[in-house]
Amino acid sequence: MANKTVLFNKHLEAGAKMVDFHGWDMPINYGSQIEEHHAVRQDAGMFDVSHMTVVDVTGAQACDFLRKLLANDVAKLKVPGKALYGGMLDHNAGVIDDLITYYLSDTHYRIVVNSATREKDLAWIAEQVKGFDVTITERPELAMIAVQGPNAKAKAASVFNDAQNQAVEGMKPFFGVQADSLFIATTGYTGEAGYEIIVPDAEAEALWQALLDNGVRPCGLGARDTLRLEAGMNLYGLDMDESVNPLAANMGWTVAWEPTDRDFIGREALTAIKAAGTDKLVGLVMEAKGVIRPGMAVFFTDSDGVEQQGAITSGTFSPTLGYSIAMARVPNSVGEVAEVEMRKKRVPVKVIAPSFVRNGKQAF
Amino acid sequence: MSNIPAELKYASSHEWIRKEEDGSYTVGISEHAQELLGDMVFVELPEVGDTVSAGEDCAVAESVKAASDIYSPLSGEVLAINESLEDSPELVNSDAYGDGWFFRVMPSDVAEIENLLDAEGYQAVVDDE
Repeated sequence: MANKTVLFNKHLEAGAKMVDFHGWDMPINYGSQIEEHHAVRQDAGMFDVSHMTVVDVTGAQACDFLRKLLANDVAKLKVPGKALYGGMLDHNAGVIDDLITYYLSDTHYRIVVNSATREKDLAWIAEQVKGFDVTITERPELAMIAVQGPNAKAKAASVFNDAQNQAVEGMKPFFGVQADSLFIATTGYTGEAGYEIIVPDAEAEALWQALLDNGVRPCGLGARDTLRLEAGMNLYGLDMDESVNPLAANMGWTVAWEPTDRDFIGREALTAIKAAGTDKLVGLVMEAKGVIRPGMAVFFTDSDGVEQQGAITSGTFSPTLGYSIAMARVPNSVGEVAEVEMRKKRVPVKVIAPSFVRNGKQAF
Repeated sequence: MSNIPAELKYASSHEWIRKEEDGSYTVGISEHAQELLGDMVFVELPEVGDTVSAGEDCAVAESVKAASDIYSPLSGEVLAINESLEDSPELVNSDAYGDGWFFRVMPSDVAEIENLLDAEGYQAVVDDE
C-alpha cells in the first residue's frame, strides 16, 4: 500500500494523474505539465511536497553535531530563520543526501531531507548522533506546500493572517519563520520567488483550498522536474548519489573548507579527491529537435585532441526555452561544446554552467 | 476511459486511420496513446512523396516524458503531412483524432486494411495494457 499525503483527496478533486513516487502516491500532473510549468514561470503554482521529511535537531550540542554531519557549516547561520543548502556525506565523500538546514536557535535546527532517502538518512543520522547531547525528532505530522512563481507571494499574502504577513514582511531569500501554525520559508525548487510552507496535517487541506481559491494552480511532479532542471538544481538519485562526490555534482560551493579544523564527515576523502581532480557537472543546451534523456552518452574532444566521454544525469525539454536542456557529468577538461548521442546520432550541444532559467528569464 | 471513435481503424501500436474521399488514408495516434505519452514537444514526420511500408517506423512523437516511434499502418506513398505539428505539437494532445493527425497515405495494397483492428478490437488492446 503506497503512502498518501494528507492532500491526496485534494489532488483527486483537482483531476490529478497519480503515480508512484518512491512509495508515495503523488500527482504527476493535473492535465498538462507544460501548462503547469508556465503557470509557475508566469503566475503562481503550488506543489504538495508533504512527502518530504522534516526533522528537528535539538539540544545543547545541536550546532556541534550538524557541523560534523554536514559538509556545509551551520556555524555560518547567525540570524534566526536563516537557511543553508548542502550535502550529507559518507566517509568516502559520497553524497548520502542533499538537504536544507534552518537555524531556529542555538539549540534548535530544522532539516528537510528527501523522501526517497528518508530511511537511510534517518539511520545514518541515528548512528552519527551517538555521543552528542542532541535529540532527533521526525515530524511526520507536518505537511508541506510549495507556492512558487512571480505572483506566488502576493497570492499567499491573501491567505496568510496578519501575524503571518507581518512575519514574512521583507524576509530575504533562504529564510524561514514560524508564524502561528505555519513555518513559512523563502525557499523553493523552481528558480522563482515564493514560499515553502510547513503546515500541520490538520490544516493542510484548508491551506491548499485557500491557495486554490486565490488562483494558485496545482502543479505535479512533471512540472516540478522541468522547473528544477531549468533552474539548474540537482535531483538526488539522478544528478548525484552515494557514488558521487559533491565536487562532481556542482555542489562544491556548498562545501565549507574553512575553518580548516572543522572535521565534517567525508572531509578527509574529499580533500584527497579534490587534490587528485574529479569530474564536473555541467549544463547542456541543444537547440536542434529532440530531447536529451538521462543515461545518454556525451562526447567531446579535449585540448590534447583526445576524445572524452561523460553521461547525461538529467535531461528534458525546457518549456520556457522551447528546446532541450540537460545536466551531464563529464571529465573536467570539457570545453564549450560537446555532442550527445541520441537515437544513434551525435547531436552538437553547448556546454554551460548548469543554470538555464531564473525568474522567468534565460540565465545563460 | 479514452475516446475510441467507431468509424476509424486501429493498429495495435496505437495508430488510427481514416479513409478520405480520394481513397487515401489519414494517420494519427489514438487518444489513449497521447495520454500515455503526455505533453508532446516534437513531432518528426516523413516527407511528402516518401514510400512507406506497413509496420515501418516513419515518424517520431516526442513528449516531455519519452520519444516514441510511430508506425505506418499501411504501405503506400505519403501524400501529405500535418505541417502545423511543427509549431504546435500539442495538437496531438488536444485533438488526437482531428487537428493532431500525422500524415496521409495513398495505399498500395488496400487488403492491408483487413489486418487492422476495429474500435472494439482496439479497446481490447487498451484494456490489456
